[in-house]
Amino acid sequence: MPVTADGLPSFGPQPAALAPARGRRVLDRALARPSLAAIVGLVVVLLFFGPQAPGLFSSGGLASVLDSAALLGIGGVAVALLLVSGQFDLSIGMVAVGSALLTGVLVVEAGWGAWPALLASLVAALLVGLVNGWLVVATGLPSFLVTLATFLVLQGAALAGVRSLTRSVRVDGVDAAAGWSSVTTVFGSTVQVGDGRFRIALLWWLTLTLWATWVLWRTRFGNAVFAVGGAPRAARELGVADRRTTIVLFCCTAAAGWLIGTLGVVRIGGVQGTTGLGTAIEFVVVAVIGGCLLTGGYGSAIGAAIGALVYATARQGVALAGWDPRWFEAFLGVLLLVALLTNGVVRGRLRAVPRS
Amino acid sequence: MTEAETLPAPVLELRGLSVHHGSVAALARASAAFRAGQITCVLGENGSGKSTLVSVLSGLCRHDEGSLLLDGRPVRFRSPRAARAAGIATVWQDLAVAPLLSVWRNFFLGAEPTRGAWPLRRLDVALARETTVRALARVGVPGIDPDQPAAALRAGERQTLAVARALHFGARALLIDEPIAPMTIAQHTLVGQAVLSARAQGLAIVAVTNNPRYAHLVGDRFLLLAHGAVAGNLTREDVDADVLTRLMAGGEELTALTTRLRQLHPELDDR
Repeated sequence: MPVTADGLPSFGPQPAALAPARGRRVLDRALARPSLAAIVGLVVVLLFFGPQAPGLFSSGGLASVLDSAALLGIGGVAVALLLVSGQFDLSIGMVAVGSALLTGVLVVEAGWGAWPALLASLVAALLVGLVNGWLVVATGLPSFLVTLATFLVLQGAALAGVRSLTRSVRVDGVDAAAGWSSVTTVFGSTVQVGDGRFRIALLWWLTLTLWATWVLWRTRFGNAVFAVGGAPRAARELGVADRRTTIVLFCCTAAAGWLIGTLGVVRIGGVQGTTGLGTAIEFVVVAVIGGCLLTGGYGSAIGAAIGALVYATARQGVALAGWDPRWFEAFLGVLLLVALLTNGVVRGRLRAVPRS
Repeated sequence: MTEAETLPAPVLELRGLSVHHGSVAALARASAAFRAGQITCVLGENGSGKSTLVSVLSGLCRHDEGSLLLDGRPVRFRSPRAARAAGIATVWQDLAVAPLLSVWRNFFLGAEPTRGAWPLRRLDVALARETTVRALARVGVPGIDPDQPAAALRAGERQTLAVARALHFGARALLIDEPIAPMTIAQHTLVGQAVLSARAQGLAIVAVTNNPRYAHLVGDRFLLLAHGAVAGNLTREDVDADVLTRLMAGGEELTALTTRLRQLHPELDDR
């Protein structure tokens, strides 16, 4: 309630505050977009690597950038939703590896068809998500630690289990499974443009990003995601289904992990059992570059998708420029720091900006 | 003429209701009735069970013993959403406003209007924004941009948002847990106006407050809580503002006074 000049509170209709100048408003609106940091990052990365690695802009270079961005983006978008709800998932990379190994073992060792094997590994991945979500919701422990624990369990169990079955951590010959050709159509189609090979993973990434954006901004579930992350107490008091929202989101990241694993299996026709903590961190980095606040309540799927593009461009740029790949890590650190600082600034400006 | 004949049936009623937090009874065998068109002020010291009472009535926590009656039927709200669906809305102590969400998202949080069938079911944004603007104008704050984040609202406007939301969803009963944030006279006035207009609309109002003078100003009945138990259930005729203030002051005095009041007014016992 405003106070009038003579020190008394004023009642009734208030005089409309003067609208800020139009230019200022546009600037404020732009700064309030979670994806701003990612867009700036993308421009910086393109300007930086453009002259160093011109191969980036050939169709071949573009295809390889988009290809690695697609896999990162699928995980990044899912992790972004989870970050908006104030949670964290370290296990997604291992879910990708683990579900791929499960698919491989079911096909090669147990002789299952391709589709039943994929379905079974999807169910297993969702189960991991369910356990993650349930543990976080039921215990109230930080999801960072809970998913670190599931990550370790999965890594140990998956790698040891596969080794005991196949005497190595590689599963080969998946492509001999029944129904493999249709699986390849869905998860492995490619389009050749010039010397660049564009994979269907790109389409999955774009679809997922658009769908996540729609869900986040235009559904009740999305509203719940923002509220649970930004004001958990208010969400509970107003009867938002906070537990269900969290569990569903953990299932989403697990399903995204499965999708990444499946795209990988189809690509090489086999599975290499590797550890997945590095990839999990990558997804979080991508989401943070994309403007998600680690404190929850703010972020976007489009931002995460652009973050993946930034990440992939930098990685391919370093490779094409012929530098020591370790430079990429240093570059990544700088990028992450800049993103965090930008997010801090943006967060400070959030207060006065119209947005829907 | 006895009181039972003149009063309508209670909208909300507690009968011997107890809530335990672990081994501590936050509310012990509390009985009270909240009637339509009446403002019941709940008074008591910190830790006397006021907030627990609000939590039970609003569905945030479940009672362990006794019963909670809505229109005479026993109910057990599974969540605040269920209570809201039954027409019981709450102005929360912390206002329950998510700062990073826009005003209209805050207004409808947990009860968003949707359109379309399931896989494509989406928020009815136009309806939500329009309703928000109208509901805010009705409680005396016109001209709020529904798209601005709630963080951009001034403190008084946030309270208005919380009150307008409760009035919109509270078809039967309105619970007001006095906000912790210190309020100016103007904000008190705003809440008071909202409460009185809700009473005029025939809602049962439960207002939790620490301020006996304010309570006496707007209240029709006064429910005094001490140590999780009902220490007094008084009407305007029983007390004036000074007595209420003294009753609030200490538990012992309160108990003594209640005993005397019960002697003077035997009808207090059967409430």
